[in-house]
Amino acid sequence: MVYFILKRLVQSVFVMLAVAFLAFSLFRFVGDPITQMTGVETSIEDQERLREDLGLNDPFILQFGRFTGDLLSGDFGYSYRTRQPVAEMIAVRIPATLELGVVALIISLVVGVPAGVYTALRPRGIAAQTILMTTLVGVSIPTFVIGIMLIFIFGVQLGWLPTFGRGGTVQIGSWESSLFTIEGWRALLLPAITLGVYQLTLTMRLVRAEMMEVMRSDYIRFAMARGVPMRKLHYKHALANTMVPVITIIGLQFGGVIAFSIVTESVFQWPGMGLLFLESIRFVDIPVMGVYLVVIAFFFVLVNLIVDLLYVAIDPRLRIRDVQ
Amino acid sequence: MLTIKDLAVKFPSRFGDFSAISDVDMTIAPGEIHGLVGESGAGKSTVGAAVIGLLSAPGYIANGTLTLGDTDLRTLTEVQAHAIRGDRISMIFQDPQTSLNPLMTIEDQLIETIQAHSDVRYSAAHKRAVDLLEEIGIKDAAKRIKAYPHQFSGGMRQRVVIALAICTDPELIIADEPTTALDVAVQSQVLDLIRRLAKDRKIAFMLITHDIGVIAQIADRVTVMRQGRVVETGETAQVIGAPTQPYTRALMDAVPPLDRRIDRFRVPAEEGHLAASAGISNAAEKWLLEGQQQAPMGLSLKDICVRFAGPRTSIFRKPDPYIALQDVSLEVKPGSIMGLVGESGSGKSTLAKAITGLIKPSSGTMTLGDLELPGGKFRSRHHPSRQLIQMVFQDPYSSLNSRHRVGAILAEPLWFYGTVQDAQERTKLAAAMLDLVGMAPDAIDKYPHQFSGGQRQRIAVARALLARPRFLICDEPTSALDVSIQAEILNLLKDLQAKFGLTILFISHNLAVVRQMADDTAVLRNGQIEEINASEKLFSSPEAAYTQKLLALTPVMPTDWTALRA
Amino acid sequence: MIAFVKRYEGLWLFVHSPAAIVAALVALMIFLGAVLAPWLALVNPYDLASFSLFDGLLPPVWQDGANPKFLLGTDDQGRDMISSILYGARLSLVIGLAALTIAAVLGVGLGLAAGYYGGRFDAIVMRIADVQLALPAILTALLIDGIARGILPAAVQQDLRVAVLTLAIALSLWVNFARTARASTFVQMNKEYVQAAIMMGQHPLRVMFVHILPNILGPLLVIMTVDLASAILLEATLSFLGIGLPADSPSLGTLIRIGMQFLLSGEWWILWIPTLFLVALVVSINILGDFLRDVFNPRLR
Repeated sequence: MVYFILKRLVQSVFVMLAVAFLAFSLFRFVGDPITQMTGVETSIEDQERLREDLGLNDPFILQFGRFTGDLLSGDFGYSYRTRQPVAEMIAVRIPATLELGVVALIISLVVGVPAGVYTALRPRGIAAQTILMTTLVGVSIPTFVIGIMLIFIFGVQLGWLPTFGRGGTVQIGSWESSLFTIEGWRALLLPAITLGVYQLTLTMRLVRAEMMEVMRSDYIRFAMARGVPMRKLHYKHALANTMVPVITIIGLQFGGVIAFSIVTESVFQWPGMGLLFLESIRFVDIPVMGVYLVVIAFFFVLVNLIVDLLYVAIDPRLRIRDVQ
Repeated sequence: MLTIKDLAVKFPSRFGDFSAISDVDMTIAPGEIHGLVGESGAGKSTVGAAVIGLLSAPGYIANGTLTLGDTDLRTLTEVQAHAIRGDRISMIFQDPQTSLNPLMTIEDQLIETIQAHSDVRYSAAHKRAVDLLEEIGIKDAAKRIKAYPHQFSGGMRQRVVIALAICTDPELIIADEPTTALDVAVQSQVLDLIRRLAKDRKIAFMLITHDIGVIAQIADRVTVMRQGRVVETGETAQVIGAPTQPYTRALMDAVPPLDRRIDRFRVPAEEGHLAASAGISNAAEKWLLEGQQQAPMGLSLKDICVRFAGPRTSIFRKPDPYIALQDVSLEVKPGSIMGLVGESGSGKSTLAKAITGLIKPSSGTMTLGDLELPGGKFRSRHHPSRQLIQMVFQDPYSSLNSRHRVGAILAEPLWFYGTVQDAQERTKLAAAMLDLVGMAPDAIDKYPHQFSGGQRQRIAVARALLARPRFLICDEPTSALDVSIQAEILNLLKDLQAKFGLTILFISHNLAVVRQMADDTAVLRNGQIEEINASEKLFSSPEAAYTQKLLALTPVMPTDWTALRA
Repeated sequence: MIAFVKRYEGLWLFVHSPAAIVAALVALMIFLGAVLAPWLALVNPYDLASFSLFDGLLPPVWQDGANPKFLLGTDDQGRDMISSILYGARLSLVIGLAALTIAAVLGVGLGLAAGYYGGRFDAIVMRIADVQLALPAILTALLIDGIARGILPAAVQQDLRVAVLTLAIALSLWVNFARTARASTFVQMNKEYVQAAIMMGQHPLRVMFVHILPNILGPLLVIMTVDLASAILLEATLSFLGIGLPADSPSLGTLIRIGMQFLLSGEWWILWIPTLFLVALVVSINILGDFLRDVFNPRLR
């Protein structure tokens, strides 16, 4: 088991390094950092000197090493556009995106898993067919369209909920949260639903497929043959076995949540990392782009590691190996 | 106690209703072990599923009565039916590995079952569970009960499954192929256990199996089924020893005896089986004989060792290697059949893969006639042995590419080895070969899934022959086939070998089959040869202890039934 | 005829599944419309001369003030909505299908090889896939776009827009194909017909493409439909964000972006008609994908 965890750790480090390499290549090869920083008035000699000072003429590997070292120590460079440290720019936006993502994920799980279980256990009922149709449509509507529709219905026609911004925020240490005010929640609701809908439909279909598969397995048949009460059968036996592969996929999906937040943030003008990234693309602000990449990959890898640990905790086949 | 009358089960399909079983009558008394035997498609599993109410959708009971004691099983509501399951009727399946919930301990699964049917406290249920495990032969039960299913070996797991089935004291247990997936020694123990339970606890068993030897060993009465109908039923001694129906008689004749060698099997006449040849097989025969220019070739293996790297479980230690084969040496005399016998995991398939170049032995040499056989990836794709050695595989459902037509599958070796250049000629020769193995030549245009297991195996033999090999490896070629089909295929192999001077390595776990086919036999256990000898000598007076044990534990049909009847 | 339909299970299921039939029809209509756009459309939205501002902001035919020539109205530039949609669908489909093809060829090829050779090659492919997975689709697409913007000289950027977009989407989709192909290939490698072919001495490429590939097409087909839907959605999203196709050669996503401006001002058709089309297209593809999944996996029915 220890070996398994270590192996996963090594894989994660590898992925992070690869992403760092990508980010670094971005820096190096796309556009010229010097011209970005100094503008056209600086002389060629001065530019050359700056290049030398910043170590931009050093061998590739050395620069990459320095880059990684900088990343690890938290030095993310300066934005081409705003001249501010990238670290600050991103740090200030993280809470907004994370809160949005987590709430969306919770919504998708709280609705998706029970819906999936229900449609798996009663596949022929009207309710199940309706749910399936709805999710099919849900998976086909682009996130931004859902956002627009929600804005239109709840924001414009009914006027119940705000359509942009975070509403009332509360500062906790360095974390600016919108979870502690009614205003904050009202502003969070529409974007979270928008972001959650796609994940919800995916989760539901996944749980349904896995559960139907499990219900056909021999041990379920055997449990039925033994007269185990149906409720226990469905939940303790079937659902528990279903969740094992589902957890892995949910870990993967979390990456999707963070990525789709770009779109949602754009539609709702939600001041998160995604919006920052979009702006940086428009202005080809390489430092912000590169660091965003690394941060996203980091979250993704971290979540997947946690999921793997959960997996080991749940599935005894991974924990105990001996055969007697 | 269990009475079945006129039972009929139907499965609706887009072609209309398919009758799985019809007019089935059966009675089982308390404590009786009732064997339900038949070939595939006979409907035996359907009967069991219908009784316990677990027919797979969309099947339904179309007709008949099912009574357990005083209870009419067909009039029960879903809730009542579910209450009976486990309490009065239970069922166990073939594969112990998939029958247990991998996430729950044995303890939890046992106690949950016990508490589902009787109102006992946890501690009482726990004690009952531990006692039960002891009773069925699991030592150190109090400790072992806390383990998970994957921590038990196959035989132990099946015992746990049986424990789960009897922990509620049912009146009837339906056992669907309970020992098919187990080794001979383990099978023998499980069968003994079943017999003991039937006698001591008066539990009736419906023992569903295709293995007639098993039935002969422990069943009191037996019902023979064929294509959804009952053919014959009665006391075991009578049905097996002196069957009244022609089908039953033919079935019993097709079972290979363990105690003597017969020249050819008597085969029950099958509809659709090609009795008369279409006449074009001569072309194939001539072609095969043409290739027989040299003398038959023998295979010589010296000190073959195959080691696999074990799974890595620790960063500090290198994983222990798994030794699949150790110092295996054997000589297959040219033109003879050598049988290789072993249980699962003994290394038989590994040996076959080493000979054919799929696996590289870590040490040892292999020679075919005068030809050195390099191992694994050192054997080039154009090495002559690739043509000279051909293989017939075990699973007829996966050994033919289901997306290719039979004609293409057969023509491939001809095209690949360049023996026949013209496409039309290839098709003609393929058709002739089909005729030679007893298939209708119009199979050329069909797909494999349109044929039965036995027919597919014939196609596989034809494919092997179309490479014009000198050495044929048959890896469990009939293990997946019904007894009567097995007899046909074995006859076919015997005939082909005699006519074309092939040297054959015949691998099987079935001792009786090997005795019928092989001139010499080698016994393999855990990667090592236990004994090699001429078959007759090995079977009649085995030297190694392991061989003796195997022979003693294999369920056989007694030749003398009068003693049993007494 | 009936016997023919009964023989192929897939066909029989199709004929009995109203949803699949409707979906197929819708998808077919939109597809044909897109292909025949130059002949069906009234105006060419790219040709500035073919429309005029004076026709701008006309509502669809069932509202007051409409011009019967423009059945579904016009946008602010005077372009006929139907024409814009047809051409937009065309672009969306072209990019979606092209990206899908590249992703499929790349993914299936790598997946097959990884499954066949196993060992180190498989490990490398899987690591690359891991990295790709850590960067979700939108991110990859945006990045490629950003890089292209940075590297390519401004003059060439517009022309290569479509190519860059296609490449970006393809790169975010190949992993799906690779993993499915790899998993299926592993299963097939244990089957005896593959072992028979390898034993014979057949070349690895022949074993992979002549023997294994036909047997793994089922799940791949399902992935293809799902990913086609994803590709189209992705392109629409990118265009909506302003990173995709620009207003003078609009795809359905761009049209929606343009339509957003009129959300509050009453010209609802400029927004909702392209939206409806996009959703109809993707829903049909998804229904067909679901249908295929059920055909290949009978246990889920």
